[in-house]
Amino acid sequence: MTLNRRDFLKTSFGAAGLAVTAGLAGCATTQTGSAGPKVVVVGAGFGGAAFSRYLKMWAPTANVTLIEPNAKFTSCPYSNTVLAGINKMEDITHPYDYLKKAVDNFVPDTVTAIDTTKQTVTTAGGRTFAYDKLVLAGGIELLFDKVQGYDAEAQKTVMHAWKAGPQTATLRKQLEAMPDGGTFVMSVPMAPYRCPPGPYERACMVASYFKQAKPKSKIIILDGNPDIASKKPLFVAAWTRHFGYGTDNSMIDFRGNNQPRAVDVKKMMVSTEFDDVKGDVINVVPPMRAAEVCGLAGVRDGSGGNWCTIDYRTFESKVVKNVHILGDSALTNFPKSGSVANNTGKMCAYALSEQFAGRPFDPAPVVTNTCYSGTGMGTAFHVATVFRWDEAKQSMVPPKDANGISSAESELEMAFMESWAKNVWADTLGLPESYNFTAKG
Amino acid sequence: MNKKITLALAGLVSLAVSGVAGAVDTRARFMAANCSYCHGPNGKSHGAIPSLAGLEPGYFVDQMKAFRDGSRPATVMKKHAAGYTDAEFEALAKYFASIK
Ligand SMILES: Cc1cc2nc3c(=O)[nH]c(=O)nc-3n(C[C@H](O)[C@H](O)[C@H](O)COP(=O)(O)OP(=O)(O)OC[C@H]3O[C@@H](n4cnc5c(N)ncnc54)[C@H](O)[C@@H]3O)c2cc1C
Ligand code: HEC
Repeated sequence: MTLNRRDFLKTSFGAAGLAVTAGLAGCATTQTGSAGPKVVVVGAGFGGAAFSRYLKMWAPTANVTLIEPNAKFTSCPYSNTVLAGINKMEDITHPYDYLKKAVDNFVPDTVTAIDTTKQTVTTAGGRTFAYDKLVLAGGIELLFDKVQGYDAEAQKTVMHAWKAGPQTATLRKQLEAMPDGGTFVMSVPMAPYRCPPGPYERACMVASYFKQAKPKSKIIILDGNPDIASKKPLFVAAWTRHFGYGTDNSMIDFRGNNQPRAVDVKKMMVSTEFDDVKGDVINVVPPMRAAEVCGLAGVRDGSGGNWCTIDYRTFESKVVKNVHILGDSALTNFPKSGSVANNTGKMCAYALSEQFAGRPFDPAPVVTNTCYSGTGMGTAFHVATVFRWDEAKQSMVPPKDANGISSAESELEMAFMESWAKNVWADTLGLPESYNFTAKG
Repeated sequence: MNKKITLALAGLVSLAVSGVAGAVDTRARFMAANCSYCHGPNGKSHGAIPSLAGLEPGYFVDQMKAFRDGSRPATVMKKHAAGYTDAEFEALAKYFASIK
């Protein structure tokens, strides 16, 4: 009699004092590769890619299937530099080739159905995969219907560029085509949203381009939040120093408490509760929530059904067993950043590799965030935080002094930001030491 | 004990051997991975952030303590160093020193 996988799992989890039932579906596609627990990962962004790569390093017998429809990885971090004209799309686009070699199965497809009872996942291409552990790292879903008039037709003209790719390229073209003296209207969604400093960095980047190419132009920021939501003193200082902020001649006009309620493409107008604002180029980022795929698994339980609650030590959903949620989709104390998605991907890989080896979880995990922002003027600055598990608070919180922002923008930090980008791409995608990066400060 | 369970236990033991007895400190290995989104995979960096692979452990621990108490000026490292204990500095130093 041979040992089957179900017995193996039951026994090894039992040894760790955990009750787990591993479900197996009869009709599923056969997953080739390693004979250990079947781990299906949805999404090869910062969270899913880093998780998959590290799980294979730390638990080589795990059978990892990674499902991702995009042919290449396009980075949101650094995409604002494309809007500034500093980098091109190819500089922020990297291959999945190395990641493909690291996992057992790389499936170029989109997940369209999940059965958390039978523990199966089905794709648009009609393939079904059984899982012992399902990892959802699908990023965010944008809620266009929360902004009146932001329909499929309007989306041809109004970019969000909050998922890097063709949207980024089109927004850059629109900015290039805009006449000098034109107005760029951009929005900031209500927190929590992907990349808290991202919109203010975008304003810097576009302003740096205008300053050099179309100096009579203006930028109006419509922010749903009452005030600048991240690194405020540093952004205000950069806008003041480089773009005349606070003077009559400011290139940047910041308007808090101004959530876009409607867009009108014929009039090229955005309406908030207080204002109707016309622009030559309009960039509205709609409200967002955890990725669609989290809805398919029934794990969008938190914050009014928008985000997914998780156990910090394993990233397992609090409502559905054996489903783990990484990156922007999770409801945590962490900012929604690429650094966090990468780092928590590794934290989940660590927890599962310990579990597969029959060991207990780390009782005191540590995880970190760092978000650099560039000004477009050769300088950058950061916010950095270390989070540690706090048993009393049952949460992850920063120890004393382990949280803060740069004292000032600097050229040195621009060099570090560029290095960070290359290292986080390499770490996430398994790019080799010899990989030729072309992105620049 | 039936055959199935014996086999299952055998599997566990072999896993335990490869996972623990080989003296891999899995917690240090995970914490070291916290650093790699800046310092590069395996502490081998692309660009201006220094590499950590192969640093001499005494030097490594001294730097972490100097970042934490502010005696070595830093952009980000004061915050990152403040998040770990002295014992964790030692474990991290050992891990990075072991990378060729
Ligand atoms: C303009 C901008 C600037 C930013 N700058 C920074 C920065 O400087 N630093 C930083 O740390 N962070 C930055 N971020 C934030 C960062 O991009 C996100 O936090 C990060 O991408 C989150 O990772 P994720 O894995 O959760 O999602 P993503 O990286 O978005 O990955 C999700 C993946 O899942 C796939 N997917 C979705 N649904 C399915 C499905 N049904 N089936 C299969 N696959 C699916 C998608 O194709 C995608 O590849 C920035 C974001 C923006 C928009
Ligand atoms: C946000 C990016 C970032 C993260 C995350 C990070 N570092 Fe650093 N590290 C830097 C930078 C930048 C420097 C240069 C000093 C400075 O400006 O802070 C540095 C310097 C160092 C040095 C000095 C190296 C030398 O040659 O003297 C050590 C040691 C170090 N870091 C260890 C770590 C460890 C250990 C971790 C993880 C626990 C870590 N770092 C996480 C960015 C980072």
